[in-house]
Amino acid sequence: MKHTISVLVENEFGVLPRVSGLFSGRGFNIESLSVAPTIDPTISRMTIVTSGDERILEQINKQLNKLIDVIKVIDFTGQDYTEREMGLIKVNAEESTRAEVLRIVDIFRAKVVDVTQSSYTVEVTGAPGKIDAVVELLRPMGIKELIRSGPVVLGRGAKGWKTQ
Amino acid sequence: MKKTGSQILLECLRLEGVDTVFGYPGGTVINIYDDLMDSPIKHILNRHEQAAVHAADGYARATGKVGVAIATSGPGATNTVTGIATAYMDSIPMVIITGQVPTPLIGNDAFQEADMIGITRPITKHNYLVRDIKDLARIIKQAFYIARTGRPGPVLVDLPKDIQMATHKFEYPDKVELRGYKPNYSGNSRQIEKSIKMILAARKPVIYVGGGAALSNSNLELKQFTEMIQAPLTMTLMGLSSFPNTHPLSLGMLGMHGTYHANMAVTDADLLIAIGARFDDRVTGKIATFAPHAKIIHIDIDPTSIKKNVRVDLPIVGDLKDVLKKMLKQLAEYDAQVATLRDELAPWRAKIEVWKKEQPLGYKSSNKEIKPQFVIEKLCELSDEDAIITTEVGQHQMWTAQFYDFIQPRTFLTSGGLGTMGYGLPAALGAQAAFPTRQVIDISGDGSFQMNSQELATLVQYRLPVKIAILNNNFLGMVRQWQQLFFNRRYSQTCMELPIDFKKLAEAYGATGLQATTPDEVEAVIKQAFATPGPVIMEFKVCREENVLPMVPAGAGINEMVLAS
Repeated sequence: MKHTISVLVENEFGVLPRVSGLFSGRGFNIESLSVAPTIDPTISRMTIVTSGDERILEQINKQLNKLIDVIKVIDFTGQDYTEREMGLIKVNAEESTRAEVLRIVDIFRAKVVDVTQSSYTVEVTGAPGKIDAVVELLRPMGIKELIRSGPVVLGRGAKGWKTQ
Repeated sequence: MKKTGSQILLECLRLEGVDTVFGYPGGTVINIYDDLMDSPIKHILNRHEQAAVHAADGYARATGKVGVAIATSGPGATNTVTGIATAYMDSIPMVIITGQVPTPLIGNDAFQEADMIGITRPITKHNYLVRDIKDLARIIKQAFYIARTGRPGPVLVDLPKDIQMATHKFEYPDKVELRGYKPNYSGNSRQIEKSIKMILAARKPVIYVGGGAALSNSNLELKQFTEMIQAPLTMTLMGLSSFPNTHPLSLGMLGMHGTYHANMAVTDADLLIAIGARFDDRVTGKIATFAPHAKIIHIDIDPTSIKKNVRVDLPIVGDLKDVLKKMLKQLAEYDAQVATLRDELAPWRAKIEVWKKEQPLGYKSSNKEIKPQFVIEKLCELSDEDAIITTEVGQHQMWTAQFYDFIQPRTFLTSGGLGTMGYGLPAALGAQAAFPTRQVIDISGDGSFQMNSQELATLVQYRLPVKIAILNNNFLGMVRQWQQLFFNRRYSQTCMELPIDFKKLAEAYGATGLQATTPDEVEAVIKQAFATPGPVIMEFKVCREENVLPMVPAGAGINEMVLAS
């Protein structure tokens, strides 16, 4: 089962390998990981998508909490949250397919951010499922290159996480 | 007044109460060593960095204080890895200082550079690379705090040479501020109340004690608790010496080489009270058949230990001392019910006595060959009650666990989690440095001894009178035992053919060497060794193909023991 976890960590050098090393050292899988500083520049926030049963997830949570640099672990399993991912897709755009690419971009409220004689680069944001759908529809046109950011999430509601 | 980085480091160590450090100099720590000459801190020069770390570990286990080791960068630092991993697996509070190449050279494959932060990340509780002299005092303060609080463990501080040479105003912080690290010491009172109800309802409880009891110094509370409910108690290898093994409620060790009655009791129990133990696979055997009828109460300071290997019915996260004190207080309130419980456990204790009589720990004695178990029994009989025993890893370690009756806390130092051969001699050295007048004995095999035998030089140089008992069977005994039992006696590479003259080896270093080849020489050799000042090697030429029994084969349940060869 897939799980999405936010990890708030000290924004210090060496923290990322500590977190990722914890996963690799214990044979836990990371499907995606994104990390950047928060509104408090001393704190970074990671969004990790991982998979495993309840027992593995409990261990992941506990082991993350055990790291000295980890300030807070938020497990979004069973929670209501907003999830967004960005994809950049460089797709073939021949004479015959240009219109179709633009139509798909339009339907998904994506954006063309670079154009050449033979390609479009499309920026699409949304839940990971939406990006999957765009990729699938563009695939027949010939995707030259694809990059996804991995999801970032925030819990729903007015409350936010604050440092104590 | 400004101080250099190396002066600041040594001043911090002094303020942390460090009186002895173990180490080995080199180019990137030469400034620290220069300043050590003006410091009140005693330095012991080991002959290998791995041994320096084990010595600091032995010092920490024997005293309960934080052990400190220093090594230079690159090979010096990488040599510490086995020692650090050993301490990490057994949760030993230590601070390891490694030199690092100057900051401008880091990452450039400089001479004697190694990424120690990367290398030790999975085997330290935490580690630091000091990148600015301004951070040095704070980092050392944090390192000691992290090492000794919560579930203890080793912390490594990698200190570049230019930081040691830079100068800064010295201010030692009074407090540690770590927003991500708040160990929970106080056990949840509702959970504790539930545990009392479970204990009062039990008819076949077993107390199962691990290394946490020693780490939290709760041997006294443990004894009070055990006697209050009159429940049988079994210990892991790491738990030994936290509860007197001569006590009528002690079942000795459980698990792979545990006693028959301990393993049967755990298998039959209706309640297992796990205290500072982590359900290691050497204890549980096949998980599916481990304590199949028991509800499990698990008390541990580290939440990650709970439910890692086995299902737990009642977790209590907290410091053992605090939790046991609260449990004792609550039990006192149920005075009448506790008295009834003590009576109602009588049939359970009687059942265990039957198992004990059916299959007591033992061995076939001989008047021709020296039985290794006999040597351990004699050592136990002739040594002081507060003697500190260290072991290496292998058969001799298990025989020591089985046949030496530990009475006083922190008297048994052994590499439980990692199983590090070569641990015992330097650990004994560290313990002896902490307690110069106590008896310290390293019980060793001929294989393990050769892993760190160079430390004889350190013992002699610092006049540390460690007594070393080598049970010499010219085999890597434990592996040979497995080969005999599970590989059809194909003794691949386990025979240490070359007969080493350990007596001469001792003499070569300026120590004393003694040897016993027949059973009737054993006692005299031990007595002579104990009466001889300075370090002594006692070599016992023991029966070559003796096995450690009982034994639970890997993958079997702990009640499926092999009892005789």
